[in-house]
Amino acid sequence: MQAVKMVVTGPFASGKTEFISSVSEIDVVSTERRISSVSEQIKGSTTVAMDFGRITVGPDLVLYLFGTPGQRRFDFMWEILSEGMLGFVVMIDSTKPETFREAKRILETFQSYAATPYVVAANKQDHEDAWEPEDLRIILRLPEEVKILPSVALEKESVKNVLLELLYSVLEKMDEEELG
Amino acid sequence: MALKGNLRDFSTTQLLNLINLARKTGTLTIEGSEPAQMSFREGKLIYASMGRNGNNLANMLQRAGKLSDKQVQIIESRAQNTSDKQLGHLLIQAGYVTQSDIIQSVRQHVLDVVYKLFTWAEGLFRFDANELPSADRITIPIDLESVIMEGSRRLKEWERLQEEIPDLDVSLRFTDRPDARLRNINLTVEEWRVVSFINPRNTIRQIARANNLSDFQVRRIVYGLLQAGLVEFIQRPKPAHVRRRQAAAAAGTQPVQQQSPSVKRSVVHRLIDRIRSL
Repeated sequence: MQAVKMVVTGPFASGKTEFISSVSEIDVVSTERRISSVSEQIKGSTTVAMDFGRITVGPDLVLYLFGTPGQRRFDFMWEILSEGMLGFVVMIDSTKPETFREAKRILETFQSYAATPYVVAANKQDHEDAWEPEDLRIILRLPEEVKILPSVALEKESVKNVLLELLYSVLEKMDEEELG
Repeated sequence: MALKGNLRDFSTTQLLNLINLARKTGTLTIEGSEPAQMSFREGKLIYASMGRNGNNLANMLQRAGKLSDKQVQIIESRAQNTSDKQLGHLLIQAGYVTQSDIIQSVRQHVLDVVYKLFTWAEGLFRFDANELPSADRITIPIDLESVIMEGSRRLKEWERLQEEIPDLDVSLRFTDRPDARLRNINLTVEEWRVVSFINPRNTIRQIARANNLSDFQVRRIVYGLLQAGLVEFIQRPKPAHVRRRQAAAAAGTQPVQQQSPSVKRSVVHRLIDRIRSL
């Protein structure tokens, strides 16, 4: 049985757990705890170790989705989770500009772990206050070749689109490596 | 969609850069110590205002030295409901100012507002797409690249001046026998105006107000006078808070980059097919 791993990362409360839950065939194994910090009391509970989702492709192949904890004090987990990943998704809550810098920091950290393809998911695009993906590109200084995808983590089709775009990027990278 | 946030998270420089690159049209409103607005058409700055007063054409021309205080008072009493464009036509026809005077004064006003915004570190902002100043306002298209460059340069200078002169509510006095030295140096008109107000009873802020100078302008002039040894503080302001620079990058080796897992192309295609079928 071959297991392929993808990582879903991003700042605190950016929608990683919802993203994985939308497509996982099992209930997401989430190691969540009640929020203790006042500043982080945006939601009732948060992921302190990781989320774990699964999509079975066949008897010999399975895709695992790992969600990283968003709080900085758990960033020691990131490198462990990134080991052997095929690619990663950086989730950004498009309605919270105060988290954009943190998202960029996380993106750069994961880039330093592995030269794997990645996409940026501009989450919560169904909210009125959401920044447009192209505005995010400019403010985060992301190059043209980085895909910034509008997404709504609670909608399965939207999540599928993000994962497909990441897989297309994986194929493109394979093409580049074969050519050059 | 909305473009909202706080200057805590994005500087004025970053916002102007975004508007420039995305060629946006609309108005950026910032709620800082006083409300400020900047309007843009296809990525060019066209208008700016700050506070409730001082944003009409008569005030702009007064600050530029094109109209006297008395002339402005007359305009304000007799032509209260006259729009900037109408007033501009009237003043040109009456021979008080030229069209070039108006363009230069509006341009200077807009730039003064924007450069002041560069120094704001906090304030809620909101960009309203396609919202532009009313048609009776005089708008001048200004390329943002040069504004961003100049604003960034001024910001550095501003930070240095802020450290040197943190408090504007202090007074200045001439050092011993300043007259002899004043005779030997060349001062600009603005510097002479400031010099003429130096008196233990006048704070730097009052001097700035009396001469229609911005905080930045008066700090720059006073800094020059202090450096030249012509004036000194009567009550030395508290030492500026020196921001501790962030510690150098954490010591230790960078993690070694992992290698991509060896996954065959066929596996990726199978993953794609599976996700599509979900």
